[in-house]
Amino acid sequence: MGIAWFVVLSAFIFCIGAAGVLTRRNPLVILLCLELMLNAGNLALIAFARASGNGDGQVFALIVMVVAACEVVIGLGLIVAMYRRKLPIDADQMSELRG
Amino acid sequence: MTPVSWGWVVLLLPLAGTIGIALGWRALPGRSAGWLGSVTVGLSFLAGIGMYLTLEELPHEERRLVGSAFRYIGTDTVDVDLAILADPLSTFMVLVVSGVSFLIHVYSVSYLGSDRGYARFFAYLNFFVFSMLLLVLAANFVLLIVGWAFVGAASYLLISFWYRRDTATSAGIKAFVINVIGDVALVVAAFLILNELGTLDYLGAFEAVREVPHDEGVLVATCLLLLVGAFAKSGQIPLHTWLPDAMEGPTPVSALIHAATMVTAGVYLIARCHPLFERAPTAAAIGAVIGTLTLVFAATVALVATDLKRIIAYSTISQIGYMVLGVTAFAYSAGLFHLMTHAFFKALLFMGAGSVVSALGMTNESIDRMGGFRKAMPFTFVTFTIGAAALASFPLLSGFFSKDEVIAYALHRGGIYSVLGIVAYAAALLTAFYAFRMVFRVFFGEPVPEAQQLAEGELAHVGPRNPLTGEEEDTDVGFPGPEHHIAEHSWSMKAPMAVLAVLAVVGGVVAIPGLTHGVETFLEPTFAESEFIADKPAPADQLKDLAIGGVLALLGIAAAYLVYIRRPGLARSARERLRPVHSFFAHKWYFDELYDRAFVRPSRGLGRFGRTTVERVLVQGAIVGGATGVVRAGTALARSIQTGYLRAYALLLLAGVCALALYFLIASG
Repeated sequence: MGIAWFVVLSAFIFCIGAAGVLTRRNPLVILLCLELMLNAGNLALIAFARASGNGDGQVFALIVMVVAACEVVIGLGLIVAMYRRKLPIDADQMSELRG
Repeated sequence: MTPVSWGWVVLLLPLAGTIGIALGWRALPGRSAGWLGSVTVGLSFLAGIGMYLTLEELPHEERRLVGSAFRYIGTDTVDVDLAILADPLSTFMVLVVSGVSFLIHVYSVSYLGSDRGYARFFAYLNFFVFSMLLLVLAANFVLLIVGWAFVGAASYLLISFWYRRDTATSAGIKAFVINVIGDVALVVAAFLILNELGTLDYLGAFEAVREVPHDEGVLVATCLLLLVGAFAKSGQIPLHTWLPDAMEGPTPVSALIHAATMVTAGVYLIARCHPLFERAPTAAAIGAVIGTLTLVFAATVALVATDLKRIIAYSTISQIGYMVLGVTAFAYSAGLFHLMTHAFFKALLFMGAGSVVSALGMTNESIDRMGGFRKAMPFTFVTFTIGAAALASFPLLSGFFSKDEVIAYALHRGGIYSVLGIVAYAAALLTAFYAFRMVFRVFFGEPVPEAQQLAEGELAHVGPRNPLTGEEEDTDVGFPGPEHHIAEHSWSMKAPMAVLAVLAVVGGVVAIPGLTHGVETFLEPTFAESEFIADKPAPADQLKDLAIGGVLALLGIAAAYLVYIRRPGLARSARERLRPVHSFFAHKWYFDELYDRAFVRPSRGLGRFGRTTVERVLVQGAIVGGATGVVRAGTALARSIQTGYLRAYALLLLAGVCALALYFLIASG
């Protein structure tokens, strides 16, 4: 199988994730979509690593997973905090930073 | 000790006095600040005598010593030392300035005795004496300008001494502004001298000017600028308007600064720069014409003015006109002799006027409100009359010899100067008239209530009031003190007046034509290289001119006697008949009105235009508004991006990343 298949799949997943981030308002779903985007990136990294024949890309993929784990911790923490303050679970209503 | 080291002592004593009083006034009880000031100036006078004596011991051609403390400015082209020049002219001025200053200090000790600003007054007064001595002792134009500006500042501080009086502060501002015109002219003149003659030292410049051809354009311009400086300081047309207003200051200030010393600085400057003026006779002639114009103008105004101190101020302007005529007619010793005698009798007149004004409770200075003070104030009457007689050049008094010497020289020079001399004679008649107008109006006639009260032994006491506007005042700091002092009641006012009265009587004996040549011989080394030193009127001519002057003085006094004593109605009927002339003189030839129209109002209009139009439209509107508008528009754009929607940010981010990726794709392809 050529690398193009992996890259196309990765781009496809990335677009699904990006579309989810842009269209959904529930922070939980946004978080899920972010994970999709990250994993799309991971897929591409691993595919390129295999194509070039060394392990560099795999190392990157591992680091991305760690970062994703951290990000999920913070993201979920934020959502729990919102929930505990009885704030609406809606990204559009959290717009106090409007200039 | 050499004359130069005496000169430094002369200079440093009043400086020590002013610093001592200014810093230590809290520790100086009662009147000790005044005595401290008087003592330093008195010692300064004694050091001046030391300077005189040591200078007299030197041979004639060596009586010109420069003492330098250190290099003040040292560059390629400008070399200026902090140096003083001890020569007969500076010694003469030192003696006159410090002597008269000492007497006026002693007078002020009681005159301002109850003033809340007592120590401040003496700190200023000592500062003035220091500045004036610096002015006359300076050995180069830079130090001269320093002293020149210092005396201007001292004059401003002392005119506005009663600083809570609006009239006094505005008079101070007026004096300062007009003096600055002169300062600027002097600075430009010094620049031209440096440029033309290559040095700012007096002696070097006077040496170099001999190479310059007669009436060379730049030299004439330099001399005219020097004249502007001199005229601003000495109250000559057209820069005289500040001097009558300067009478807002305390009377000793009028006596010291605005009669005896500072205002004669212009005469000193012309005499000091005589080598320049002799090379530029056109400028000297212009100076002489303006001096004569001024002396006539001021005499006519003094004829009709009613404010006692302002009459004396106009008479000062007029007498300085005589001095200017003298020194610009190259009759230096005559002009300076008149400077000396004028310092005596004019300081005396002001002291007498101060005493009379005090007797009226310092609330009025108009001679319409005075009269009959002869019985109540015998001492003031006698001394004031002596001063007035000397001013009128009553025969054998000091003013008689000095004023007529000036006129004799002017007549002797011929040409335009003889016309000026004749005009000066006419003004001498007016001088005698207005001098005795003051005496007769103030001391003769029906006694006013204050005079009657004073004759019974009680000093009139009226509420504190501004003599000019009649406004109510209090006696706190910034206003005159609660008590007023007249010469009869206080020896420290009496003593200086007595000394000055004696000097006003006998001051003339040092230069009687054909008999004594005190002033001329003493000043000779300074003017030795003058082209005109030997060109003097014969004693017989001088005596003839003296006789004419004496007759004119007696005529003037007789006319005043006729008008004010014998037929008191005459003054009023003359005034009715000559109404246009009277009002022309009473409005001081409309100089103030002219300046108001020509300078004050346009400046005020310009200021208003600047405030309402330039400031509001250009500065506030275009510059400030424009800058804030740009910033505001920029921030509005930045703010509109900050929607607060997470998804919008994500879109922007994504769009940005996509754009970057596209760019690099296209660029690499």
